[in-house]
Amino acid sequence: MSTNKPLVEDFATDWDHTDPQWVANPYPIWEDLRERCPVAHTNRYGGAWFPSTHEGVSRIAKDTENYTSRSVVISNLRPTDEDLPAPIGIAPPITSDPPFHAIARRLILPAFAPGVVNALEPQIRALCNRLIDQMGSGDIVNGGTQYAQYIPVGVIQQMLGFPEDDIEIFLQIVMDVLDAIDLPAAERQARGDVNRAYFEAQVQDHIDNPRDDFTSYLLNVEIEGHKLEMDHVLGTILLTLVAGIDTTWSAISSSLWHLAHHPDDLARLVNEPELIDMAVEEFLRFYAPVTMARLVAKDHDFDGCPMKKDDWILLGFPAANRDPKVFEDADTFIIDRKENRHVAFGLGIHRCAGSNLARLELKVAIQEFIKRFPTFTLEHPNEVTFAPGQVRGARNVPIRVK
Amino acid sequence: MKVVINADACTGQGRCFGIAPELFDFDDLGNGVVKGDGVVPPELEEKARLAEANCPEHAISIEA
Repeated sequence: MSTNKPLVEDFATDWDHTDPQWVANPYPIWEDLRERCPVAHTNRYGGAWFPSTHEGVSRIAKDTENYTSRSVVISNLRPTDEDLPAPIGIAPPITSDPPFHAIARRLILPAFAPGVVNALEPQIRALCNRLIDQMGSGDIVNGGTQYAQYIPVGVIQQMLGFPEDDIEIFLQIVMDVLDAIDLPAAERQARGDVNRAYFEAQVQDHIDNPRDDFTSYLLNVEIEGHKLEMDHVLGTILLTLVAGIDTTWSAISSSLWHLAHHPDDLARLVNEPELIDMAVEEFLRFYAPVTMARLVAKDHDFDGCPMKKDDWILLGFPAANRDPKVFEDADTFIIDRKENRHVAFGLGIHRCAGSNLARLELKVAIQEFIKRFPTFTLEHPNEVTFAPGQVRGARNVPIRVK
Repeated sequence: MKVVINADACTGQGRCFGIAPELFDFDDLGNGVVKGDGVVPPELEEKARLAEANCPEHAISIEA
């Protein structure tokens, strides 16, 4: 990851979201930036900006004229006009701009609407219990690697109708997209080709054997009487996998990490189970995992910052969630926070399409874990690690359950 | 008291029908919709205020 890069000395002029200091604890960095910048710049990745306030993040997220979503993951590979198939983009609709965006989004939203998603609750609950059973009866379990990561993987695998045995392949694909941004271009391309071949084989299997799942839905759905182009189908499958796994996994594991070292919050949640909905929103605010990139579409000035076409922007929704101008006691976790306009799922037309599913998974994962383990503590706090890059969350979470 | 959703601002964040399912529902795309005529009975006024105060898109307004 960031091993060969120089450590950041000033995040205002040289920020890097893979820097060890940012990965370990970005919140003091963002607080500092909000006070003295508030839009940070870096020459890394060919030039990128980081707005640190809620207002700045919100304004850019809602502006599809000055910013494009053609690429939403910052890397050293800057896309050119030829790289990205217009108007679809690599992973529609997240990489699509208006007007195509609305068409691509409308296609998938019904599959993630609350009525559809809520029906998955029993199977998510069963999956969580199966994972807890598989942890065995030891004193120490891993809330990240044994539990959190396998919940969204299992949900997405069932949703796409891909083989259950391929779960480790899914995890590798997510790694390739999100965690391997500093690999040489050729190696990234090679990995992308392998993953594409995997998806093509799965799609072919669905063409040969149609069934009731999201992959078959994508193969059958029509835009104005025409079925989707294969690139569109493959892109949306990639999006579902990448956006649906690492993100929710991070939210679950960070939440368990929090409960493991905040016994008062754990006790309240166990004793007052009706707090769960408010608690989930506060976990989402406080440990929001996801940042999204944009590319500057045309030269313009943003609050005195000379933004040039093709500069990256990193939209720090987690930073916006800690802005004291919007949230009272922004850096305090309040398990029953009543007013909580958090932006963990983004703002504007690209609001996380899977937010209803993510929220349900997070809620059920916490409920089932604390039901089985009403008291637990963090074991080896110094061994807790966090994922680097645009999706940040606890990874190694050793927990003593008895 | 009456609740109103600005459909142009709503992006389907899902907070209103999560907080006050008595007052809000969702459509096929997951966007929020007001149930009935939006008139809030006195016992639900606090929930209506919370729904307004939790919408990330500021899409909900309360009319006296």
